[in-house]
Formats: sequence, structure tokens, C-alpha cells
Amino acid sequence: MKELPRNPIDVEKIRQDFPIFNQKIRGRPYIYLDNAATSQRPKQVIDAMNDYYQMYNATIHRAIYKLGEKATEAYEGAREKVAKFINASPEEIIFVRNTTEAINLVSYSWGRSNIREGDKILLTVMEHHSNIVPWQLLAKEKKAHLEFIDIDDEGLLKTDDLEKFMNEEIKLMGLVHVSNVLGTINPIKEMVNLAHKNGALVLVDAAQSVPHMPVDVREINCDFLAFSGHKMLGPTGIGVLYGKRELLEDMDPFLGGGDMIKEVHLREASWDELPWKFEAGTSNVAGAIGLGAAVDYLTNIGMRNVREHEKELTKYAIDKMVGIKGISIYGPKNIESRGGVISFNLGDIHPHDIASILDNEGIAIRAGHHCAQPLIERLGVVGTARASFYIYNTEREVDYLVNALEKVKKVFKL
Amino acid sequence: MSDMYAEMIIDLYRHPMNYGKIENPDIKAKDTNPICGDIIEIQIKLNKGKVKEVKFNGKGCAISQASASLLTEMIKGKKIDELLKLDKKDILDALGIEISAVRLKCALLPLKVLKMGIYSYLGDLTNIKE
Repeated sequence: MKELPRNPIDVEKIRQDFPIFNQKIRGRPYIYLDNAATSQRPKQVIDAMNDYYQMYNATIHRAIYKLGEKATEAYEGAREKVAKFINASPEEIIFVRNTTEAINLVSYSWGRSNIREGDKILLTVMEHHSNIVPWQLLAKEKKAHLEFIDIDDEGLLKTDDLEKFMNEEIKLMGLVHVSNVLGTINPIKEMVNLAHKNGALVLVDAAQSVPHMPVDVREINCDFLAFSGHKMLGPTGIGVLYGKRELLEDMDPFLGGGDMIKEVHLREASWDELPWKFEAGTSNVAGAIGLGAAVDYLTNIGMRNVREHEKELTKYAIDKMVGIKGISIYGPKNIESRGGVISFNLGDIHPHDIASILDNEGIAIRAGHHCAQPLIERLGVVGTARASFYIYNTEREVDYLVNALEKVKKVFKL
Repeated sequence: MSDMYAEMIIDLYRHPMNYGKIENPDIKAKDTNPICGDIIEIQIKLNKGKVKEVKFNGKGCAISQASASLLTEMIKGKKIDELLKLDKKDILDALGIEISAVRLKCALLPLKVLKMGIYSYLGDLTNIKE
């Protein structure tokens, strides 16, 4: 096997595509390490959306004129790009606002017709609130139960728990692909396989995986998969629900209204075909076009290269950070099981104080519970500070981070 | 170096004033700041309508903890109607540091908790102001 060249990504060239890095923050270069929250956007994405607004702004599907046709082509073209990106068919790609909306769509449309009293839904303690709260609402309405797979000391899911909880009472498993706090990459293919053997469907929260590594829905064989555009170089307000065609066909609509119908009479209506059945109202056309451009940008770099770059950078960062006295780093030690996310605490310093002092150094990180309060409680901490990487981050930026953390210690006399 | 983290703030974080609990307090309230996850509980014992004893407990960032120390110190011996007049400016003056907009909620959490406690004590829960 040919060995991959070390760091196949030309980061300096990539950085030139991101206008946000052309400015200084507090007189310093902007060091952006909050990519698990949202990524930055390259000019290719911003230009694609500007072109739509400036050159062919129109509503899609129903407009009987030239520019309406062009807008429809661009919107549906974006859907085809997204489908190809995760190896799905275009009619299995539903445009929504974000991962949260995608999961809510499933909990309402699929959940309301398929979950009954006494049924169980299996989740994990490392889920983001977006993959917990919709199921709590559904469970309350249907008198169903939630079960949770625990983690071990390293932040890996306890496989014993999976086997313990997995039985025919479980109707659906909601599973995060990559934890936004621990960075843990879960063995979803094996877990999907086990769930299917027990007759359960699987929804994968891929908000932290689709932007950062190759994801193939046919290979994973999950039933639903959700992700957001804004974490993968695309705009805010556009996200994706993938669902297996036969499941989506059986489901009732989520939102009713314009564009999603075949016929409407005063007392009844019939639904349009997939995927439009689930896209009520005027769509986020610019958002979809921007997401399409983001997919082009990432495809051009290659998702294996994206993953490789982040893996090397994460390893570099962890190796440096473990040298800081008083630091606690959470999550898997094996870099193969970890995405580009590093959660940590520093002595008795509150994570928000760490983030504030780093902000003063021009470094943007996250601090708090990261919308995963049950996981933070499970870790037994008030929160964590979190650095998360993307294609434009460099080893030099990691060096700045490490130096700045030493400054934080000095301020707090640690 | 950050102006927000003056030596006094760090000292109060490590060695808070009036930290602890009071048995059978006349006024008590607790609230959290969902941004930082700060938790502050304030308890007050009154004597003839004045603050006889005050304690706070909880956990959180240096800003919220320092603010709680300073607020509890500030209100000792004060009348209830004087406490109601305390506002944002009193807290920021006591802290004496520049607070970024995103951290203002941390600094003001103890004051919010104090006011919740007083309004609850006065039986007027509809009048909570931040």
C-alpha cells in the first residue's frame, strides 16, 4: 500500500479562500478553534450565494420563467451534490434548517406513527441535546421509555450496555457518530448492524462527522442521518436529513403548506413525491446553493485528506497539551477513535474563564456544556473548554493555544 | 493581560467572602446561568427589616463568584428597600473591571438571585427584573 504523504492539504492556500482570516482580532491574527460549533465559509460559498441573489433570484419549482428555472436547477443540483457526497439518492435528501430540525422531523413524522406505549428508544449519554430532547417529547406523548448507553473512563461507549439494552422492545436507536465534546468516533456500522438484527431502526447524528471525514450512508446502512451545512463550510439555516426511501415514503409530512402538496381541496390534500413532500413553504434556496458549493469545495480537497489533516493536527495538539501541568483532557487516547475535538480543564479554573482569557489573546475556543449537559454531568465537571479543528487550522495556531494556556495559568497563579 | 482578571477577582474566586449556608433563612433564592452553568444561592437572615446575616453558595466562573462575594459584603446591615435599589452599576463599580458583553450575565447573576429572593419574600413574584 502506498503511504500517504504527510499532510496532503495545502493549508496556506486554503486559508486564502477564507475572507474572515484577512482581518486582525484585538490586533492579532484570528485563531479560530471553535469549528465544532460552526465553521468559517470560503469565498466560493459566499460567491455562490451572492450570484443567486444578484443574478437569478427567484422561487423554485413553480416559477414559469427563465430565472425561476435556473434557480430550480441550482437548488436541485445542490441536492444531487449532497446526495453524491454521502452516497445517497437525491430523493432521499431532505433539505431542512439544521441537524436539530432533521431529528425533529423524524421524531414527529416517523415517531408519532411508529412509537407506541411501552416502546423503547435507545440513546447514548454522549448525545447532543438535539438528539435527546425530541425523543423526550415523543416519549412523554406516547408513554414510551428512553434508555441510555453509558461511556467508560476514556469516553468510549460501553459495548456491554449496547448488548444489555438491545432487544426487540427497542424501536429506534439515536446515535451520535462523533461526539462534539469527547471527539469519540463511535463504531456506528457495527452498532447499526446489531440494532437491525433486533428489528430497531437507527438515526445517526452526523453533525460532527460529515464535515470532517468520509461518510457513506449505504456502507453504514443507517436508516436516517442528519447534519448541518454551517459546520461544513456552508451557510447557516440549511441542513440535511437523509432517510431510506421506503421509510420516507411511508412517513406522513412534517410541516404542511405550500410546495409540499400534489392537490389541495378544502377538506383534504395529497402529498407531493419525495423529497418535496417534506419541504413545505418557500425553500432556503441560497442556503442550498451555498451548501452545494461547500460540498464542491470539500470534494475538491477530498474527505480522506480532511480527516488526515485533522488527525495529525489533533495528535500534535494533544501531545503538546499533555505537557501543560494541571490539564485534564477528556476523550479517547487512540487518535483513530477521535475526531478533531479536544475538551479539557485546567486546574480549578472555570472553563469560561479560560475562554475569556484566550479571547483576549485572539483565540476563539468554546467553553461550557456544549449542549450536552447529561454528558457533562456524567463526566462530573461543571463544563469543559474545547478546541476543535478544521482544514484551515495549523500547528502554529496550536502552539499559540498552548502558550496562551500557560498565560491563563499565570493569571490564575496555577 | 486581561483587565477582566484583576488580582482581586482571582483572590475572591479562591477565597470567597460570605461563602456558606444559613439555617432557617428569611430570604433565599437560587438560580443558574445557562451560558456558564454558574449556580448561585443566596440566603439572608433579617433583623428588624435589615440584613443581619448573609451567605452565598454555589459554583461557577471567577466573575460570578467574585460578584457574589462583593454583593453579599455590600448588603450587610442594609434595609430591604435599599437592596431593591441596587442595580447593574453598583455591581460593576464594586467589581471595578471591564466586563465583556458576553460575560455580563455572569457578573449580574448574584444580583438577579438576590432580587428573586426579595421579591419572593415580599410575595411579589411578578415583578422580577434583571
